[in-house]
Amino acid sequence: MNPYIVLGLLLMAVLAVGAWQQKKKAHLYEISWGHQIRKTLTSRSFLLQLGGFVAFVVVWELTVKTFSLPWFSRLPGPWECLLEWLSPDPDYGISIYTEDYYTHIIYSTYRATTAFVLATLLGVPMGLLMGWSRKFYDYSYPLVELIRPIPPLAWVPLAILILPGDEPAVIFVTFLVAFFVTALNTLLGVESIDESYFRAARCLGADKRRLLFDVVLPGAMPFIFTGLQISMGAAWFSLVAGEMIAAQYGLGFLIWDSYSLIQYPVIVIGMATLGVIGWVSSAAVRSVGRKLMAWRERELYGS
Amino acid sequence: MARAATMNGASVAYKMRKFLASKHFTRGTLAVIGFFVLWQAGSMGLMPFMHAIPTPVTVAEAFWEFMGTGKYWQSWMDSTLRVTYGFVAAQILGIPLGLGMGWNRNFKDFTYPLFELMRPIPPLAWVPVSILFWPTNESSIAFITFIGAFFTIVVNVLGGVSAIPRQLVDAAVSFGASPRQVFWRIVLPATIPSIVTGMMVGIGITWNVVIAAEMIAGNTGLGRLTWEAYLAGHTPGIIVGMISIGLAGYVSSMAVKMIGDWLMPWKKVF
Amino acid sequence: MNTPEAACRASEGAMSIRDVGKIYDPEGVHVVALKNCSLEIAAGEFVAIVGPSGCGKSTLLNTIAGFDGLTSGEILLDGEPLATVDKDPSPGPDRVVVFQHGALFPWKTVLENVTYGPVAQGAMSEEAANKRAQEMLSRVGLNDIETSYPGQLSSGMQRRVEIIRALINNPKVLLLDEPFRAMDTVTKSASHQYLLELYDATGKTIFFITHDLEEAIFLADKVLVMTTRPGYIKKTLQVNLPRPRQYSMLASEEFLAMKAQLVEAVHEEAVKAFEAGEREMA
Repeated sequence: MNPYIVLGLLLMAVLAVGAWQQKKKAHLYEISWGHQIRKTLTSRSFLLQLGGFVAFVVVWELTVKTFSLPWFSRLPGPWECLLEWLSPDPDYGISIYTEDYYTHIIYSTYRATTAFVLATLLGVPMGLLMGWSRKFYDYSYPLVELIRPIPPLAWVPLAILILPGDEPAVIFVTFLVAFFVTALNTLLGVESIDESYFRAARCLGADKRRLLFDVVLPGAMPFIFTGLQISMGAAWFSLVAGEMIAAQYGLGFLIWDSYSLIQYPVIVIGMATLGVIGWVSSAAVRSVGRKLMAWRERELYGS
Repeated sequence: MARAATMNGASVAYKMRKFLASKHFTRGTLAVIGFFVLWQAGSMGLMPFMHAIPTPVTVAEAFWEFMGTGKYWQSWMDSTLRVTYGFVAAQILGIPLGLGMGWNRNFKDFTYPLFELMRPIPPLAWVPVSILFWPTNESSIAFITFIGAFFTIVVNVLGGVSAIPRQLVDAAVSFGASPRQVFWRIVLPATIPSIVTGMMVGIGITWNVVIAAEMIAGNTGLGRLTWEAYLAGHTPGIIVGMISIGLAGYVSSMAVKMIGDWLMPWKKVF
Repeated sequence: MNTPEAACRASEGAMSIRDVGKIYDPEGVHVVALKNCSLEIAAGEFVAIVGPSGCGKSTLLNTIAGFDGLTSGEILLDGEPLATVDKDPSPGPDRVVVFQHGALFPWKTVLENVTYGPVAQGAMSEEAANKRAQEMLSRVGLNDIETSYPGQLSSGMQRRVEIIRALINNPKVLLLDEPFRAMDTVTKSASHQYLLELYDATGKTIFFITHDLEEAIFLADKVLVMTTRPGYIKKTLQVNLPRPRQYSMLASEEFLAMKAQLVEAVHEEAVKAFEAGEREMA
């Protein structure tokens, strides 16, 4: 397929999503689609948003390609990167039509997901326990504070040494950062719960176990999900570093490898892909959170 | 009454004494001691995975050795400078940008989509582009550090400005304040807590970034020191590097916290 | 509204609070919240406690409820010791609290909230509890909100649901901690009406904290004035207005005379509390 056609299709998809969201916002007024789209396209806000975007791309193209200013001249231009990305026959072997592109995506996604899931499975219970039992808190909090100041990426060399192979090491450092974020936000969530809820539950005859499941867990839920969103971002952050330092596949590796091989447009393709995946994954966490916290949603939009 | 009491110096000392005598403190101390005992036992081959790790004593010896070398202190210096450059630059550019976005609707429309587009890109993905763009290695590492702190501060400042209660601005306007006065007297002070939060989060990210950047593309610094110890198969050195990085991060967080306390005297408890 | 509970009016829920003292020691500064605080509550009596904010009203309620221990004295419920110096405080469904800012679980529906007590105690199966809850809710006109979340209800409705959530446990005493504090006048008077109807129907002992003097007289059989810290009962006012209470009583001479007495007693304490506060800040 011609890259220009793909580009056109992409633009149309973006416009459709934008219009649909506008429509959702305005659903109370029952405005017709045509009117809605016309209104959106001519609104000052939309034009400014589009303008900001276009200005960025134009400045990028002008500085890098048209005028080849010093410093800028070494960077790839936007048009070049876009065409490469959409080309059925890419110069450097990476585009939406090549298998390699998806291999890297799958590797990174697999690592990030594994680390994120592990961090959630261990971090949420850890935070809940810390908030629920003073004893557990007393024993564990000093240890957490002892280890937490070490940036997860400083663990990379040690992780490679201890764990069998690079793969577990990369997943481990990714896990580590996500784990602390999740556990500490969960703890914060438990601490944020109004004392009255605990008292009410105890009045009504709840034992300690029920407090955990009926008060601590649901009460901490908003903070847990804030934590999970941050943890998802942090996971991608360390994953990229880990892959650059010690991996054979993945988007972080791809970016660094393309740099070594002087395939500069691929760097930008890798960055853009990371941006899109990062955004999609945190949106996914957000939407799961909204589903689980229906009570909150209704509170906000109801009545 | 309780608040009045905490401001009083004598009762702070009392509180401290009471905490040191409490079971919470005992448990914490036990946990830390237990950690070191387990570490020692692990390195002596009593636990799986951990036999490769040197004992705490070996690490302490290596630490002493490192501290005697000029290279160790030079690494501290280099990493700290990079963090400082990137962090300060992020505040200088990020705070006005966030304020502008929160203050002016048109400016926000113009910049926000672009900002949101760039934000999910992990800072370290910028490493190659940064090396290509900046003329020196030093400036490219500082730039990546800058990226790490920049998005955090902007998001926090923007959130802070948007959360300013409408009444504050209305009250100022009804007293005849000009837009300029509203900005300097209301918007800026009301945003300070968010700025401080953004700085606190940002400084942590900055250390993370600088360590990785040094491992990937640096010649000096604490990250490089740790990486070189790894390449040389000097495991105690790796752990010394990690501890030093932890200390550096901790000290800078404290420094930022002090700046925060100084900026917000009304929030100070002690 | 004749109910099975009304039959057991006055048979249980007598409370006697004897020389209760409570000293907090959080920062190395002794705070004497309660000192030699004594009062008797007959079974089925509606007692209101008034006093300046910061006096030991809520502390007293917390010791009765079992959220807080006491440092001297004892509290008896129907002759059984509820709280003593040696006994660890423990809350229970025989004395349920309705909280100042409301404590319906926002993450549970109205029905789940109301059935929480019986289900948590294992006193009823879930179906039985659901049936009972629906019965009680519809009897007080709260139909069709079972599947709503508390956040979707008005504050008046939330408080009504919370009272039902307490009553379904058939407690001996109902402890209300300024439950109508944050309400506007209209909602408040509707809530008074509602509480009085429930009281007349069930005959539970009610321990009601407020600093609204009119509210106290209008609702209670007995109004107790508490001193500023250290808190004890300074004045007892017997309210002999007939039940059911009518709004016209608010303008009666008898009512106004009682209010004048209370205003005087409370004002004295308020001034003391205010001056003490000034000293502390200095």
